[in-house]
Amino acid sequence: MSRTWVTPGGVHPPENKHQSVTLPIGQLPIPEKLVIPLSQHIGAPATPCVEMGQQVLKGQVIAQAVGMVSIPMHAPSSGIISAIEHRPIAHSSGMLAPCIEITTDGADTWIEHQGISDYEHISPRKLLEMVGNAGISGMGGAGFPSAVKLNPGRQRPIDTLIVNATECEPYITADDSAIRERAGEIVEGIKILSAILDHPTNIMIGIEDNKPEAIAALAPHVEDSGISVVVFPTKYPSGGEKQLIYILTGKELPAGKLPADEGMVCINIGTTFAIKRAVIDGEPLISRVTTVTGDAVGTPRNYDTLIGTPVRHLLEHNQFDEQAGGRVVMGGPMMGFTLPSADVPIVKTTNCILAPSYAEIPDDEPAQPCIRCGMCAEACPVSLLPQQLFWYAQAEEHDRLEAHNLFDCIECGACSYVCPSNIPLVQYYRAAKGDIRQAREEKVKSDHARDRFEFHKERIEQAEREKEAKRAARREATQQAKADHLAATANGTATPAPASGSGTGTAAPSAAPSSSAADIIAAAQARAAAKQANPEDQRAKLERTIASAEQRLKMAEEKLAEAVNSDNGKQDKLSAAVENTRQKLEQSKSKLAELAE
Amino acid sequence: MIELIAQNPILAALVALVGLSILFGALLGFAAEKFKVVGDPIVEQIDELLPQTQCGQCGFPGCRPYAESIAAGDVINKCPPGGQSTINAIANLLDVPAPELDAEHGVESEVKTVAYIREDECIGCTKCIQACPVDAILGAAKLMHTVITDECTGCDLCVEPCPVDCIDMLPVAETIADWKWSIPAKPGQMIASDRRGELSPATHNEGAA
Repeated sequence: MSRTWVTPGGVHPPENKHQSVTLPIGQLPIPEKLVIPLSQHIGAPATPCVEMGQQVLKGQVIAQAVGMVSIPMHAPSSGIISAIEHRPIAHSSGMLAPCIEITTDGADTWIEHQGISDYEHISPRKLLEMVGNAGISGMGGAGFPSAVKLNPGRQRPIDTLIVNATECEPYITADDSAIRERAGEIVEGIKILSAILDHPTNIMIGIEDNKPEAIAALAPHVEDSGISVVVFPTKYPSGGEKQLIYILTGKELPAGKLPADEGMVCINIGTTFAIKRAVIDGEPLISRVTTVTGDAVGTPRNYDTLIGTPVRHLLEHNQFDEQAGGRVVMGGPMMGFTLPSADVPIVKTTNCILAPSYAEIPDDEPAQPCIRCGMCAEACPVSLLPQQLFWYAQAEEHDRLEAHNLFDCIECGACSYVCPSNIPLVQYYRAAKGDIRQAREEKVKSDHARDRFEFHKERIEQAEREKEAKRAARREATQQAKADHLAATANGTATPAPASGSGTGTAAPSAAPSSSAADIIAAAQARAAAKQANPEDQRAKLERTIASAEQRLKMAEEKLAEAVNSDNGKQDKLSAAVENTRQKLEQSKSKLAELAE
Repeated sequence: MIELIAQNPILAALVALVGLSILFGALLGFAAEKFKVVGDPIVEQIDELLPQTQCGQCGFPGCRPYAESIAAGDVINKCPPGGQSTINAIANLLDVPAPELDAEHGVESEVKTVAYIREDECIGCTKCIQACPVDAILGAAKLMHTVITDECTGCDLCVEPCPVDCIDMLPVAETIADWKWSIPAKPGQMIASDRRGELSPATHNEGAA
């Protein structure tokens, strides 16, 4: 018997485990509809790879893993895909999440599958792949993909494998009954794990002393296998990963570190069973042992439940008395949460459905003010100061909360359990954690926005600078040209400026280019001469002149007549203008006559 | 000379003190040059606290100019997107009392919004693209524009320039991934009969009236 260590704090709530272990693990009829949420694990949700109306077989992949930290989903029974849509899932928010619904055909036909029995001769990589493809995620609570956990990059070799059979929370007996009936397969699974992890020197099954039948069931299977069953006194919460590691090894895992950083892997005992099924039998994770208990159900017991079975189906087959109990809790009484509706499906992490009667677990009394008794600090298994955290959470002092290690809180509920004022302490911590996480995300976003804004500003300024540079260049060129021109004029005819060519006309190369000004005049004269040289043009021009002059004359005469009638002072001016126009007209006509000759 | 100083305690003290002051003066002068802080660190710190929406509701062209202005003595309650929490944080940093948000610059919105362009109405004028301070709008002249919602800070500077009013500020929907628990009601704010829906809404209203 190896030594065990004792964690600080902890509580001893009534265990209430005996009710559900009187009967062996039961089987339920296949429900008509199975609803499989695409996100039952930590990491990226799986992507559906089936279509509406498609026929699927039991064990067929219906959703693929996306990226590294993700798992695929399999059809828990044969049937037809009847919906791919958002459905209520087991989440305290009561929000909807993408799910695949299968209408079962009752035949429960397996897809062709095959396992391997000589896993000792298979490479760990291949075994890991099998675990990953079987869609196995941690079945104890958090649901971390097992293939990822077992492949931690190997910065240091894993020397300790801890199998968590603690099941410290009241009411839950899923692991207990699974060990009693399936100890052989579980130990087989542990041996596979050992092969994957390259045979760690130390393999321990941690189990509380309130499960003597399970301990006895394990004993014959672990003989001469190098696996030790470590029994320790019952206390809540001993089943937390860090707590169990401390109990079994005496090592305290530093905040923010994973067990793999210390050369350890901690895995739930239900997961080892799933690994055995995946490797030896080739069956993906499509069912799990779930406890249905509480005074509001007829016969509390464990069921081998298909993933995706609606909670309502479980309750209906267990004479659920809706009048006796108002609520249905997923998980245990300490860490579980009340379900938004009984239509949510069982997922890979659902170890218990608790339907307590009002008498059994009464509604919380209204919270009273904190009397600073300090019982919460004594109960805390992580040695935090729950009372301080409570003040700071109320005041939303995020810095102080972090300084008091809020994020080391495992939300076990021991503090709320002992609180004489019934303060829902854990809810404060959850809210504060949510706020801090949100603030962190917003910080990242606002830093990103700042970078983008600065880049935007820089870009605008650059464009402005370029425009300004262009403008300056143009201005300079003009000034240069002007200066050249002036210089050339000052120098007179002797030295024409070399740059003056661009400013002067090139139409009259015959004219001597004595200076730029002379050039321009000469060019104009040359153009005029060239025009005169063309009689056709000239005639057309004269005709135009005559036409317009006639028009003008006509108008001027009309105005003159008007002026004569009204008899005002404009008469003389107007008559002069008429005379002038007439003369011009005559000139043009004589020119035209000359041209015609 | 040494003899004279040694003989005369007042002179000795004077020499020692002058010597020390020259020594420390030199040290301080060196430190001031060596460890000189470039720029104004308080501006950086204030800028860190501002929400970086770059909306200009404070009257400055962006968050940093406002941070500079605060550092120069401006009031700290001109930032509606940051709201009271930002005001409190800046007040905490500057160790001044936290005022209420100045309503003249706008009101703190309850929900975070981002811009959406109704794409079939967009005429492709690029006016919103020019207005966006974080380059979160994609498009080209006479082609449809669209908002990259992940980059949008919800400053609504693009709404006003749109000639066809096809930009809406829509609230960001909460997802399971970013859902969070809320702080429970303070002890003493709830009475026993408020629990478990025992009090029907009708009687509750009567009680309230």
